[in-house]
Amino acid sequence: MNRSGAMKPNPSAEPPRIGFYVCHCGSNIASTVDCAEVARFASRLPGVVISRDYKYMCSDPGQELIQQDIRDHRLNRVVVASCSPLLHEQTFRKAVAKAGLNPFCFQMVNIREHASWVHEDPQAATAKARALARAAIERVRFHRALEPVRVPIRAEALVIGGGIAGIHAALTLAEAGKRVILVERQPSIGGHMAYLDKTFPTLDCAACILTPKMSAVRSHPNITLWTYSEVVKVEGFVGNFTVTVRRKPRYVNEELCVGCKECVDACVFKEGKFPDEFNLGLSRRKPIYLPFPQATPQVVLIDPERCLNLKTGKCKKTCVEACDRNAIAFDQKPELKVVQVGTILVATGFQLFDPSRLPQYGYGRYPNVFTTLEVERLVNSSGPTGGEIRLRDGRTPQSVGFILCVGSRDHRTNRWCSRTCCMHSMKLALLIREHTGADVTLFYMDIRAAGKGYEEFYDKCLREGIQFVRGRVAEVTDWAMTPEEEGKLVIRVEDTLAGFVRRIPLDMVVLAVGKEPQPDAQELRRLLNLSCSAEGWFLERHPKLAPVSTFTDGIFLAGCCQGPKDIPDTVAQAGAAAAEALALMDRGYIEQEPNTAYIEEADCSGCKSCLPLCPYSAIQFDEARGKAHIQAALCKGCGTCVAACPSGSIRQHLFEDEQIFAEIEGVLSHD
Amino acid sequence: MKYLYFPGCSLKGLGRAYEESLLPVLRHLGVEVQELEDWNCCGATAYMSVDEMEAAVLAARNLALAEQQAGSRDLLAPCSACYLVLHKVQHNIAQFPDVRSTVQSALDRARLRYTGRVQVRHPLDILLHDVGLDVIREKVVRPLRGLKVAPYYGCQIVRPYATFDDAFNPTTMDRLLATLGAEVVPYPLKTKCCGGSLTGTVPEAGLRLSYILMKEALRRGADVIATVCSLCHFNLDAYHQEIERRWGAVRIPTVYFTQLMGLAFGLAPRELGLHRNLVPFEKWSAVTAAS
Repeated sequence: MNRSGAMKPNPSAEPPRIGFYVCHCGSNIASTVDCAEVARFASRLPGVVISRDYKYMCSDPGQELIQQDIRDHRLNRVVVASCSPLLHEQTFRKAVAKAGLNPFCFQMVNIREHASWVHEDPQAATAKARALARAAIERVRFHRALEPVRVPIRAEALVIGGGIAGIHAALTLAEAGKRVILVERQPSIGGHMAYLDKTFPTLDCAACILTPKMSAVRSHPNITLWTYSEVVKVEGFVGNFTVTVRRKPRYVNEELCVGCKECVDACVFKEGKFPDEFNLGLSRRKPIYLPFPQATPQVVLIDPERCLNLKTGKCKKTCVEACDRNAIAFDQKPELKVVQVGTILVATGFQLFDPSRLPQYGYGRYPNVFTTLEVERLVNSSGPTGGEIRLRDGRTPQSVGFILCVGSRDHRTNRWCSRTCCMHSMKLALLIREHTGADVTLFYMDIRAAGKGYEEFYDKCLREGIQFVRGRVAEVTDWAMTPEEEGKLVIRVEDTLAGFVRRIPLDMVVLAVGKEPQPDAQELRRLLNLSCSAEGWFLERHPKLAPVSTFTDGIFLAGCCQGPKDIPDTVAQAGAAAAEALALMDRGYIEQEPNTAYIEEADCSGCKSCLPLCPYSAIQFDEARGKAHIQAALCKGCGTCVAACPSGSIRQHLFEDEQIFAEIEGVLSHD
Repeated sequence: MKYLYFPGCSLKGLGRAYEESLLPVLRHLGVEVQELEDWNCCGATAYMSVDEMEAAVLAARNLALAEQQAGSRDLLAPCSACYLVLHKVQHNIAQFPDVRSTVQSALDRARLRYTGRVQVRHPLDILLHDVGLDVIREKVVRPLRGLKVAPYYGCQIVRPYATFDDAFNPTTMDRLLATLGAEVVPYPLKTKCCGGSLTGTVPEAGLRLSYILMKEALRRGADVIATVCSLCHFNLDAYHQEIERRWGAVRIPTVYFTQLMGLAFGLAPRELGLHRNLVPFEKWSAVTAAS
């Protein structure tokens, strides 16, 4: 690299007049770094016209100080040494712009996260702050006035996941007049909430509050609903995503079917024979079926693994005869749809913990060990028992035990609290007691009833005679020690309030299974370029101040895919995610950092090596002139082409060679 | 397939029938076994509860000998107590610097070295994962058809270190016994305590645990209890008079799983130490005669 050539200052620029400001950040910086000394040091560097230290540079008086200096001292460059640019770069850029300086003639130095917070020795920290300040001052001489790139944002949104989070977000966006595509991989929207009978703490009927929202989605003119579909590819970036969705064949024409179910009655299987997914295998369905009574869309589907015609080609096809709308379509094939959207809302939810991973609780081994979701189907009047609580042999249980924290708060499985199991179990306990009069005992470690009306609900359970035993259950077994235990399940638990080990015989055991990230969450994470917590939940941009944004601009999170939460929190978050997406789309454009690459055409040899390297297809080749050209609106500033160009003709704004070398020289020269 | 073999005191004494059945069965399967030379006490119960450091040094000497005596990286430890203690000491040496330095200085004086290279293995582990059920199935000449077996693992081979099977619901022996043609009865007590040394020190508590194991095995229709541990075997075999006096008769024989393997392979009961049982395993003759 010809360094002497690269170091030539911009000939058109007037000589640099630099203002330097070092921030105390209260005592955050000043307690470790000698700010006055850094300011003194900077004042002696060539080109620095004014150098100050101040308690809070980001405050209004701090900003005004800079603006006044720009006017008084005709500054044409500004450097602020304070916190991370993530926090205040925009603040200071705006401040200098107000005083008439181009915002890109400003440079920020982080002496808080990079110096005062990570070092204990004040002398060393001050020396480091000095070096970082000098690097920025050397660099800023070579800055040039730049204009941010404006990119238009499409006004359409994609919502992935049709549970209560996705439903609420889609409706909010649609009501605001935005086009929404809602993609759900199951045959119906509704998610986990559709399985529930009643909701805590008010005990209002889940279907009664969910179904109207489901039909609103179906009928809303601004919503395109694609069920039984999955996102398979995402390209582009904020404002302009190109998304490919795979629509699985239902073997029933969605436009024609009205959900009359004549075909289901006519199926050659006279009785349901196969485990019904919606009732978690507690009832049986036919190969052609409607997932559940309120399914949205009200369109049947055919299970290709079970349908005689699709499996063997040998069937009387009575379903086809029965359908007077000719909706059965055995020749349906998977279909790929490509859509363009401006923002994406991820609301893919969770999966429940598989309790057979804890064999000591006997799930799958003892027929009368259930999960909370299975019991939810049992108490539901449209469930497999018509709302009766029944053991697998048809008896009504007289004693029921709930084991809490199955797959939650457990170092061997999942360490987190799943947040809803305490309340969910108490709700089911109360319903079981109402339906059957059975004795119900909850085995818990701590009751977590933090929510509006939740503690009062706990209190109600205590008053209604639900028993609470504090202790992590050791095992569920079926061997009897006393005559009373014969024929029962026995829970062995250390009752930590009574202080001894107990054996408690029960007819039915319910495992309050926790929440886990979806099994394919990692694949979606890669598709969307999201970040994940160590547990696998999608990571929000900031846990407190940006709870629905992600590190990828234009992609937002709602509901349990971000972490376990209850319905009220999920809906609140879905509304927030929709509002953030709306704010972005309503502005109509985004301003991008002008750190784009550009080509010095005179030096471009037309070798085309940059073309296949660009991940954003931003480089085009002008065959007539034999030169490459970069579209600034598409360039994301990754720098790949800059590094790869054999003739060195590709350069990048804000990362010019002379800027980088000056910065390196600045940080490395000795005092 | 070659393994160093650490018998421990049990397999040479009270649990002799375990060795008497294990070695012929392994030989029959083409597994080569070489007894560790100059082995000493593994450091189990008595030592471990009085002085953990002493126990660690004893166990480490065996481990160091195994590393010195070439032939295999795998040290076969059939006795559950030995298996647990050897694992525990390996774990403690790796985790705790004070254990490591105590052990190291003791071994230095004996001119021995322990690197952690040696792997302690259980017979069930090598039978299922090294030999394989397919090979075992081929060797079965007298399937144990009609024999109902309660698979009893005891506590020490799965807890706290679940090295080759599940800690709460192990299944390796279940699968092995089914391969021999036996009917494995559902036995949720498979890792429950047999009473351990409490049968001798606090008989009221210890014997009650043995009683529950046998009562439940009978209730589930088992003809015999299969065990992997000589202490379990002793507790379930030797205290029937005491138990009967307290809670009533629960007469069911307990045998080593290796004895059942030997019978299925067509080896003679006497070669398998079956004559040593106090509660005789009478059904074997019916089983072997039937096929």
